[in-house]
Amino acid sequence: MSEAHHDGDLAVRTAGLTKRFRSGQVAVDGLDLAVPRGAVYGFLGPNGSGKTTTIRMLLGLARPTAGRAWLLGSAMPEDAARVLPRVGALVEGPAFHPYLTGRANLARLDAGDATADPRTSRRRADAALDRVGLGAAATKPYRQYSLGMKQRLGLAAALLQPRDLLVLDEPTNGLDPQGTREVRHLVRELADGGATVLVSSHLLAEIEQVCSHVGIMSRGRLLLQGERAALTDREGARLAVTTRSGQADAAAEVLRGLGLAEVARDGRALPGGAGTARLTAVLGPTPPEKVSAALVHAGVDLVGLAVDRPSLEQVFVELTGEGFDVAR
Amino acid sequence: MSRAELLDGPGGSPAAAPVAAPAPVAFARLLRSELRLVLGRRRNLVLLAGLALVPVVIGTVLLVTRDSALSGQGPAFLAQVTGNGLFLVVAALFLCLPFLLPLCIGIASGDAVAGEASAGTLRYLLVVPVPRGRLLAVKALAALTFAAAAVLAVAVTGLLVGAAFFGVHDVVLLSGSTVPVGEGVLRVAGIVAYVGLSLTGLVAVGLFFSTLTEVPVGAMAATVVVAVVSTVLDSLPQLSAIHPGLLTHHWFDFAEFLRVQVDWGVVGSGLAVQAAWVAVFGALAWARFTTADVTS
Repeated sequence: MSEAHHDGDLAVRTAGLTKRFRSGQVAVDGLDLAVPRGAVYGFLGPNGSGKTTTIRMLLGLARPTAGRAWLLGSAMPEDAARVLPRVGALVEGPAFHPYLTGRANLARLDAGDATADPRTSRRRADAALDRVGLGAAATKPYRQYSLGMKQRLGLAAALLQPRDLLVLDEPTNGLDPQGTREVRHLVRELADGGATVLVSSHLLAEIEQVCSHVGIMSRGRLLLQGERAALTDREGARLAVTTRSGQADAAAEVLRGLGLAEVARDGRALPGGAGTARLTAVLGPTPPEKVSAALVHAGVDLVGLAVDRPSLEQVFVELTGEGFDVAR
Repeated sequence: MSRAELLDGPGGSPAAAPVAAPAPVAFARLLRSELRLVLGRRRNLVLLAGLALVPVVIGTVLLVTRDSALSGQGPAFLAQVTGNGLFLVVAALFLCLPFLLPLCIGIASGDAVAGEASAGTLRYLLVVPVPRGRLLAVKALAALTFAAAAVLAVAVTGLLVGAAFFGVHDVVLLSGSTVPVGEGVLRVAGIVAYVGLSLTGLVAVGLFFSTLTEVPVGAMAATVVVAVVSTVLDSLPQLSAIHPGLLTHHWFDFAEFLRVQVDWGVVGSGLAVQAAWVAVFGALAWARFTTADVTS
């Protein structure tokens, strides 16, 4: 029963999801995804790490070799007809009929949706086009669209109906920085509206800021997943305290007294010039303001205090020993 | 954990699941969209226009050479055209049947699924979601509609050009006896219907090939090759044992409609062979398309 309850809280769940291609290559290896409802889940990993294959299995386009997947509590692909109308998806780039207009392409997809009301089709298509900034290009044939406009039309297709879950595979591909910002804004807006968003990317910096949760994939395996803040805290934020040389030992005493680990004196030359010393330590759960108050209380002159939290990228490199643009 | 818990567990559906239209309604809406796509596509319209041009060219040539020494020469049914415009329909179908019609069928049916796969639109239709069986049925009906349009393009322009150039008269049958215009038109309509139905097997073959590949040209070519190979095999007397089952063997049995007493047994066996090809390749296409991973 507890497992069933667990399911209900998850918008996307997989259990041991595996895909082995006929060539023998294992693209996805025993994946256990857990995307909580209402989350913006950053599905990260280098190109070729298995993200798109996973998304194809989630959406019923490909059959898993082993394992199972659920979307919004319904098993895929068995319940596709029931659950997919509530899911908007962008899979491996946009794809439309080149000689049809943007609006006609949306009408085409809408015509396939048994749950869509034909009477509101035109209105919903125009609303979706406006939402992604394509209103003015609605009557242009798709083949005249720029790469960014094509990507936007793909997003418009995902927004034709109200959705509980959006699966967006590389939504910022081909977009300029302004377009990328707009996609981030859109993702945040969708999440604010109560939808769960699973967004994959190999460019971590582009989506890192909007994610509440993160899953990192490499070589077909999920290296880790969880709340973003928890992941970056996992490595521990580091603290750097700059003080007068003569007070360094006293300051170190205070830091140790607060329970900070790895308190050490930084021997390098300091921008503060002669007469200052720098101490570093792992901050852990201690709030920085408590550290500064304690130092001042102990009579230590505080020349500088900095907190350095690791970025997701640092976490990733730490985990895999590889950069984000490493392809398999 | 039970299936019911999986489906309807707490929080399983925060919003009520959207209500789907009854299957026939959803099917009809998608079919309308598909027909608009297939019959509105410029390439397909060019193909139909090309086919419609055939009777125009034949009619014009016959009209110009009517009083020359060349008059009355050429393949079957051609000699009768100048005497009766109705025969332009028959002659044009006769000339288009070996290659032009199979080519057009191959293009339309081979493109049906593979075209969507190569454009990438297939994956988006499937996640809409369009059930795979429904999509295949709609694709098959649209390809059949195009085949019908192709045959009608030849037949209708044949009738119009024939009537304009040579008039429509009582029909002289193969045996030499004559039937009145009304019955003659019915018999020609029978020929048009038979030719159209004769192409259904090839549509099924093309649809199957179309589910095998993401390269539409490959499926188109393979479909045309099947028709050509079937014709070649049909011409080898050593293989007479398999002739009755060949896709193209009965295609020219449409001449049965020009006999005094139409032998429905011959017509029926021709259509039965097509039905068998449709059943086999339709089933293969279904088996393939409903199970294959979509990787495009």
